[in-house]
Amino acid sequence: MADQPTAAERFIQGILPENPVFRQILGLCPTLAVTNGLKAAITMSAAVMFVLFCANVMISLIRNLLKPHLRIVIFTLTIATFVTIADRFLAAYVYQMSKVLGPYIPLIIVNCIIICRCEVCASKQGVVAAGADAIGQSLGFCLALSSIAIVREILGTGKIFDIRVLPAVWPDWVIMVLPPGAFLTFGLLLGLVNWYSARSQQTAGGK
Amino acid sequence: MLSYLIDIFLIGVSAAIINNFVLYYFVGICPFVGVSRKISTAFGMGCAVIFVIAIAAVLSWTITAYILMPGAPLSAYVAGMFMPAEAAAGIDLTILSYIVYIFAIASSVQFVEMYVRKFFPPLYKALGVYLPLITTNCAILFACLVIMSKITGVDNPADAWDLGRALTLAVGGGIGFTIAIVIMAGIREELNLCDVPKPFQGVAIALITAGILSLGFMGFTGVDSGLRKAMMPKPEVVAQAQPATEAGK
Repeated sequence: MADQPTAAERFIQGILPENPVFRQILGLCPTLAVTNGLKAAITMSAAVMFVLFCANVMISLIRNLLKPHLRIVIFTLTIATFVTIADRFLAAYVYQMSKVLGPYIPLIIVNCIIICRCEVCASKQGVVAAGADAIGQSLGFCLALSSIAIVREILGTGKIFDIRVLPAVWPDWVIMVLPPGAFLTFGLLLGLVNWYSARSQQTAGGK
Repeated sequence: MLSYLIDIFLIGVSAAIINNFVLYYFVGICPFVGVSRKISTAFGMGCAVIFVIAIAAVLSWTITAYILMPGAPLSAYVAGMFMPAEAAAGIDLTILSYIVYIFAIASSVQFVEMYVRKFFPPLYKALGVYLPLITTNCAILFACLVIMSKITGVDNPADAWDLGRALTLAVGGGIGFTIAIVIMAGIREELNLCDVPKPFQGVAIALITAGILSLGFMGFTGVDSGLRKAMMPKPEVVAQAQPATEAGK
């Protein structure tokens, strides 16, 4: 256990250096599907945060009981339980939003981020590290989703949170809130992130 | 009978091309990006998905119709042994649906893998690597969820989907996934020869390509309701045509 990262390291790594979306290219399904509005993106991130935190803590608590060949099934069943809770909760308190997110809430079950974190961190480390890891990763997820959603919503409708930011003469790029806009925005942002990190590495190496 | 066949045809075409699972609903993006480097592997993955999605659709339809949905016959019968018949008829297990579906998918993938390895070794060699990956493929669970919403979510019990429609949707979706991933693999094989700017190499350019591909598939939007109108001139059927707009909102 000596070479495992500590809780604080896990937390920091999740946000930018190992960002689940931009660095590990995981969880693309919600990243592309629910980012046509910032509100939907934040709700989705909150749901993922709840599920990831609970699943990570739970798996970490039972990690000594896990059998290697059954662990993926245990992970998915644990996640499915918490997703059901999240789904019912959203349907009860934010019904409109739950309608908008539709099938993408239950699809959190097969979101690779959560299974990956259970496998990489929670099944090996203690509860504190697993919890910190979950919060760090889901903040990174939230950051990625919001960045894509902001670009798409502003360019697509000229508004953000129903507040107009672009002048009314802006011809709404409707394509940005439709499926192709998701692919294009995410591809371009990913290229931008790659370019920026390559450049900052270069300058750091040059010194 | 004819209208049923037309309905089946429209569901299949709609799932495969018009509202393509990958390019319209964004399910199954992970393998779409990860396993689309070569046409042959992409095709293998597509076939494995069609195979598993069909099994999962049959399982989920059966489970939903007989056990999970409100007043399902099997659970009502079992509950009837312990409680009065009126209470048993209203029993609703839909809250368990996610857990049951994911368990059904995981175990069917496991059984399919064992069966194929034992009886069709060449097929196992072709599909082998991809089969375990399919458990976490969103497309399978998505098909199950759509089928569930078509059984439990309808107001009029007569509108609920039967097994044929459910299977058509799943196989159509699987074929749509295969079409998308094979086209993508073909483009990416050519992309290897191109001079892509360094930050965009790999996944980024693949996503932008997918965006353009998705633009192309958007050209099919609305074809399903048009086809339905053209093939079924009866007014009461036309009124039922629902353009799928959930993801576009």
